[in-house]
Amino acid sequence: MTKLHVNGRVHDVQVDPDTPLLWVIREQLGMTGTKYGCGIAQCGACTVQIDGQAVRSCALPVSAVTPTQKITTIEGLSANSAHPLQQAWVALDVPQCGYCQSGMLMAAATLLASNPKPTEAEIRENITNICRCGTYNRVIAGIKRAADATARRG
Amino acid sequence: MTHISPSSRRGFLKASAALGAFTLAIQAPFIEEAAGQTAPAAAAIPPEVNAWVVVKADDTVVIRIARSEMGQGTLTGLAQLVAEELDCDWAKVTTEYPTPTDNLRRNRVWGDMSTGGSRGIRASHDYVRRGGAAAKIMLVQAAAEAWKVPAAELTVNKGTISHAKTNRRTTYGKVAVAAAAITPPAAASITLKDPKDWKIAGKPLPRLDTRDKVNGKQVYGADLKLPGMLNAAIKDCPVFGGKVRSFNAAAAMAKPGVKKVVQVGESAIAVVADTWWQAKTGLDAVEILWDEGPNARIQQADIDAMVAEGLTATQAFIGNKAGDMAGAMAKAASKVEATYSFPFQNHATMEPMNATAVWTAEKCEVWCPTQNGDAALAAAAAASGHRAQQCEVHKIHLGGGFGRRGWHDYVTQAVQIAKQMPGVPVKLLWSREEDMLHGRFHPITQCKLTAGLDADGKLEALHIRISGQSIVAGIAPNLLENGLDSRVFQGLAQGGNEFTFGYGVPNLLVDHAMRNPHVPPGFWRGVNLNQNAVYIECFIDEVARAAGKDALEFRRALLAGAPKQLAVLNAVADKGGWGKPAPAGHHRGLAAIMGYGSYVAACAEVSVSRAGEVKVHKITAATDPGHAVNPQQIAAQVEGSFVYGLGAAFYQECTVKDGRMEQENFDTYQALRMDEMPAVESIVMPSGGFWGGVGEPTIAVAAPAVLNAIFAATGKRVRRLPLRHTDLKH
Ligand code: FES
Ligand code: FES
Repeated sequence: MTKLHVNGRVHDVQVDPDTPLLWVIREQLGMTGTKYGCGIAQCGACTVQIDGQAVRSCALPVSAVTPTQKITTIEGLSANSAHPLQQAWVALDVPQCGYCQSGMLMAAATLLASNPKPTEAEIRENITNICRCGTYNRVIAGIKRAADATARRG
Repeated sequence: MTHISPSSRRGFLKASAALGAFTLAIQAPFIEEAAGQTAPAAAAIPPEVNAWVVVKADDTVVIRIARSEMGQGTLTGLAQLVAEELDCDWAKVTTEYPTPTDNLRRNRVWGDMSTGGSRGIRASHDYVRRGGAAAKIMLVQAAAEAWKVPAAELTVNKGTISHAKTNRRTTYGKVAVAAAAITPPAAASITLKDPKDWKIAGKPLPRLDTRDKVNGKQVYGADLKLPGMLNAAIKDCPVFGGKVRSFNAAAAMAKPGVKKVVQVGESAIAVVADTWWQAKTGLDAVEILWDEGPNARIQQADIDAMVAEGLTATQAFIGNKAGDMAGAMAKAASKVEATYSFPFQNHATMEPMNATAVWTAEKCEVWCPTQNGDAALAAAAAASGHRAQQCEVHKIHLGGGFGRRGWHDYVTQAVQIAKQMPGVPVKLLWSREEDMLHGRFHPITQCKLTAGLDADGKLEALHIRISGQSIVAGIAPNLLENGLDSRVFQGLAQGGNEFTFGYGVPNLLVDHAMRNPHVPPGFWRGVNLNQNAVYIECFIDEVARAAGKDALEFRRALLAGAPKQLAVLNAVADKGGWGKPAPAGHHRGLAAIMGYGSYVAACAEVSVSRAGEVKVHKITAATDPGHAVNPQQIAAQVEGSFVYGLGAAFYQECTVKDGRMEQENFDTYQALRMDEMPAVESIVMPSGGFWGGVGEPTIAVAAPAVLNAIFAATGKRVRRLPLRHTDLKH
């Protein structure tokens, strides 16, 4: 039995300790917003936050996460899609198929948390997730828009 | 999206639907079975006005979408077209997918469900608009009958029906039940709106399917959960054509959660477990002995040599011809010759292939992301051993398609597994590795181009010899025309079709030496237009240079007979700054082509460091799709096309070793990432009068525009793709 702190709640999970965190989130906790794309930390579809840091959960065994570390998945990013990034995503119609977007949003949210007003170069350098549909330019625009909205609100 | 029940109302649009799309009649053996079927007499609640439109009492309008949504925005575009003619309130529009079995039961009232070839909108705009218009006529008629006034006196605004003389109003929701009982108007009596009067279609409206994609709620096939469901992981023989010789499941069965190890068809082993991770771990523990067969001896070099041989073969299929190429070439004052090559590529949709199935002796039910619901149903039926009417396929939102999900090997496998566990729903999910090894690959080709110029540098003769793989021969050989695959000539084809060669060359020969390796080919977003555009658009640059002419002027002179292609080329040249000074170190390249009925062009601006590192700074792109149903979605498709096209141009190649693919994941099969993404300025310039596709054509101009700019920067011609093979140090 392992304890995991996910989206503000502590969950008991019974799972082989080698199981990647991604599959614990998807299969034991039933939260399927976090996606599988490659399994080798290449694509970022599985990005979640652990204590505020973006982590590719497909390559992290669940045993490496302690019960006190706080995991945030896309489901826990905000209530009612209220995060400025989610609002920007809707306003700009960022997603195409959408499969990569949970990971994109979690990576972007991590960036904005440490750098509320990133330059375009910083965004490009920081977000290394793969989107096969090709939404990159709208992702960049979405991050800028969310940063501006947050700055205006102060 | 919910699945709908069949209703007693048979579709009046059957005839017009049949006129709709050219369908690849593959994997669709059940079509004849549909003849003579009568639909069950169940009243649909809420009322279905017709096959396309359901209106609820609260005025919500549910528009039925037969094509698949995989990110390309077709769902929203089709809904806009129906809503436009229906004159409903766009804010109250939702959508649902009819199931392929409903389509079968109702005599294919929704027409073709296949979603490929950029046909989603252009092949169904007519009948879906008629569906919306017919529903409006019936709703208005219902109000007229209730008020006992002539229907002609009624007006409609956003789903509210008014009668000015008597100052009465009602809404679609209030008359929908009565409307559903009215005899549908004859298709011929319907007059569609002039696109210039459009208020919903033609507008850059937000997509209808965005909200659930920003909070993790959107359910993809890989996310499906059913009560009692088990999960499966699969390994198919990595060598194409190989088989399972034997396997030992003991170690796998000892793993936690593993329920069963099964052989799937002749060539695959699957492990079924409580969770997918357990299934995958179990699969790794199965000892499998493959019978790899003769293909295991094939190497990439063998395939390259086979394709190269076709470049000079005497026998070839002729795809386009004018004048006397050989005669004119013999008389040419000077010649230019070059050979290009284009590799196998995997679609690498972000969501790997998957399908969920439950099988019983009476029935088979499948949930899957598919680009072609009809073909998915056919595949399910064939694998289940049941008739199509005993099967139900539920379409689920796709995590990318790009052509891969028009081929349903993953549905076949899911059903084959489920059949070995009757009554238990099993979700089969491919690992990324499985997805990479068992793609339906972009075909491999090479191309030798020879140009003959007269003394003034005018292009008098052109021979384009394509050699290599035919997709049609690989997936539907019954569609070959006396052995010829006309799709090989996309973008280079004779006039009058949707892939017309725009350049006026008096003496022309485009031919194809078909050389089919053992690797299974498939339609890869953009299909043959992609490499053909590289071949012709890079080569035209070479010829222009040899003739001492500007690349734009040289093309313009050849495009006198192709005014729409010329117009998009001029648009990107103008906006892209062609002929004007570029920022220091920046160089430009052009490309233009016709494909999928649309005209597209790009002007790329790149710099290449002395060490040979390429940076694409900016791309100006123009698209003339005839009618633009949603300009902002077209812009999104254009932007995405550069990601897909440039990723392919820079990095993507699948190579064969010992009969199987070498690349198994994104570490060796690189995708374009954000740091490499250029700014894209998209010019959508619909000129009206025709309907072209937008999901694919722009991909074709991405690579040649950039390659031509790279030449301008370095003096080096990249003729072998992907371009990472070429050392661009300069
Ligand atoms: S699934 Fe984790 S990085 Fe791709
Ligand atoms: S939106 Fe489809 S992969 Fe990014």
